[in-house]
Amino acid sequence: MPVPRNVSAEVGIASQPPLSARRTIWTVPFIAAILAVIALGVVSLFTGVYDIWGQEDGWDMFFITRVPRTVALMLTGAAMAMTGFIMQLMSQNKMVEPTTIGTTEWAGLGLLAVYLLIPGPTLVMRMTGAIAFSFVGTMVFFLFLRRVRLRSSLIVPIIGLMLGSVVSALSTFMALFFRMSQVVENWFIGSFAPVQAGRYEFLWIIVIITVLIFLYANKLTLAGLGEDVATALGVNYNRLILFANALVAAAVGIVAAVIGNIPFLGLIVPNIVSMARGDDLRSNLPWVCVTGMGTIMLCDIISRVIIMPFEVPVSLILGTLGAVAFILILLRQRKMRRL
Amino acid sequence: MSVLDSELGTDRSEADAAPRTRSGRRYAGAFRSAKEARRYWMLLAVLLALGIVASIGLLLYNNPVPVDSPSFIPVVKRRLTAVISMLIAALCHSFATVTFQSVTSNRIITPSLLGYEALYSVINTSTLYFFGATAFVSFIGMGSFLLQMALMIAVSLVLYGWLLTGKYGNLHLMLLIGIIIGAGLNSVSGFMRRLLAPSEFDLLQSRLIGSVTNAKAEYFPIAVPIVVAAVFLLFLFSRKLNVLSLGKDTATTFGVNYRTNIICALVLVAVLMSVSTSLIGPLTFFGFLVAMLSYQAAQTHDHRYVFPMAFAIGYAILTGAYFILYHMLNSATVVSVVIELVGGIVFLTVLLRKRSL
Repeated sequence: MPVPRNVSAEVGIASQPPLSARRTIWTVPFIAAILAVIALGVVSLFTGVYDIWGQEDGWDMFFITRVPRTVALMLTGAAMAMTGFIMQLMSQNKMVEPTTIGTTEWAGLGLLAVYLLIPGPTLVMRMTGAIAFSFVGTMVFFLFLRRVRLRSSLIVPIIGLMLGSVVSALSTFMALFFRMSQVVENWFIGSFAPVQAGRYEFLWIIVIITVLIFLYANKLTLAGLGEDVATALGVNYNRLILFANALVAAAVGIVAAVIGNIPFLGLIVPNIVSMARGDDLRSNLPWVCVTGMGTIMLCDIISRVIIMPFEVPVSLILGTLGAVAFILILLRQRKMRRL
Repeated sequence: MSVLDSELGTDRSEADAAPRTRSGRRYAGAFRSAKEARRYWMLLAVLLALGIVASIGLLLYNNPVPVDSPSFIPVVKRRLTAVISMLIAALCHSFATVTFQSVTSNRIITPSLLGYEALYSVINTSTLYFFGATAFVSFIGMGSFLLQMALMIAVSLVLYGWLLTGKYGNLHLMLLIGIIIGAGLNSVSGFMRRLLAPSEFDLLQSRLIGSVTNAKAEYFPIAVPIVVAAVFLLFLFSRKLNVLSLGKDTATTFGVNYRTNIICALVLVAVLMSVSTSLIGPLTFFGFLVAMLSYQAAQTHDHRYVFPMAFAIGYAILTGAYFILYHMLNSATVVSVVIELVGGIVFLTVLLRKRSL
């Protein structure tokens, strides 16, 4: 496996200020970012067609749909951004995230499998299927990454996207065969419109995943240095990879079952954060979290306002903006001759 | 040669292209021995025969009218349309994929990645979405075919011109950006599909899934000459492709203008892919399946021999699959899906056995 770029940056003492200077997380910009996210949350709470102030049951509606939606947005944004971050750390490749290595498609296949095996499945069953399949899919990809010698880091997302289309070809085949195409199609467009009290609570599991990620942040950073270095530093590399993949699969599976496909968020957010702050992995984690929340809320607000009184699924906005952002990131890296 | 051997890819092809001495005599052919050459020609003949038998079967088998009836010929004519479109699909996908893999020095990618499908589905979905079902049903004339094709070729030319030339030209970057543009377009058309009524959705889906029944005979006068010309040019280009497949550095050392030549090859690939996609709809892994099998079967890396083999395999697979599924299992609609599925599974197994990329 090639030596990751960020290692050389961290090893060179001159290129990075000492850790102690960066240690504090609660800096002024970070507090400003949190305030901005809170402000976006408030905007999200008061965006919508239903008149909360005027109608009699306005405040009931507020707590039935608006609050759950905003909470779901925050949790999903944090989850997807952090999964992208962890996957990039583990694979030592900046272009890896659930969309580009096919984890999302695996989750979709899992959902479809549950639909086929059990008529009228509950949310828990669907979630279990999605989590199990995305775990298998992520493991397949990581297994593949560890085996091959790569000539270019850009090959990884190319292969991953192809793998994703194999899996979605399989889903298409099954869906066609059992006449469930529109189920697949509808799932594949992630939207927060159906989120309301009683339908989103499983997203709270993401809080547990987030806490685990923060607790294991140091070890995950070590694993990001590659198998040899991590083992030399006393980390059980294989177990850690398994653990990280389980976390990723759990987050992706839960989001897939409850919300649907959220493309490119895990790619854009960590890349933007590392462009702005450099590759200081530990202190970037809270930033990734907060930026993820902010990005998805912004996209969701756009998706609700753009064709008011109707709304566009947020995955369309993310897919389009995300593709543009991804291309810009690639071109910027090309300019810097880092590829 | 075992399966693994042939997957070592470019390292081998270098060895094969070099003149070699065998039993004291200088031997510079494409095959390692006369035995392998014989095997190649035998295999090619068998595959072509299979393809011909299957297409005769498709034309004549189970014909509801007797041979001496006056309506026998019209029935055959109608079936001939499907067979010709299979011929075109086999030609397009085999030549395009083999060329694309050689140019990119990568045996596991297909030109379908570059977003032709996404563009095709955006064109079709937006026709249905913006102009309604009546316009969609009538959007099948010569004009629409040429328009779709011109759009696809134009987009790929812009992509190549932008990303392959200039100081930072990079093939992998271009591929990745092509895929991402495809993903972006897909999310646009996915959104439009979501707002369609189920009846309209069914209408669209029948066109978005690759099928030879999508092909209309009136396109053939344009499509066939274009495909024949592109295939002929690629075949003439074989020797250049042999050098290009060695990679940028080696090809440049051999005195080949790398960038100009790969852009020429990729333009021809774009022409073939866009004809095939707008004629019969998207097929992602068919080309991959064909190319991989043909490297195994041909046991040489000389494109003059790989191309015919790839075509023979592609044609035999398509006609054979249609014949079996149509006349024996009575389910013609899923042919392309089955081929895609098999291709996808083969892709997965090849991927997991790779040692380097």
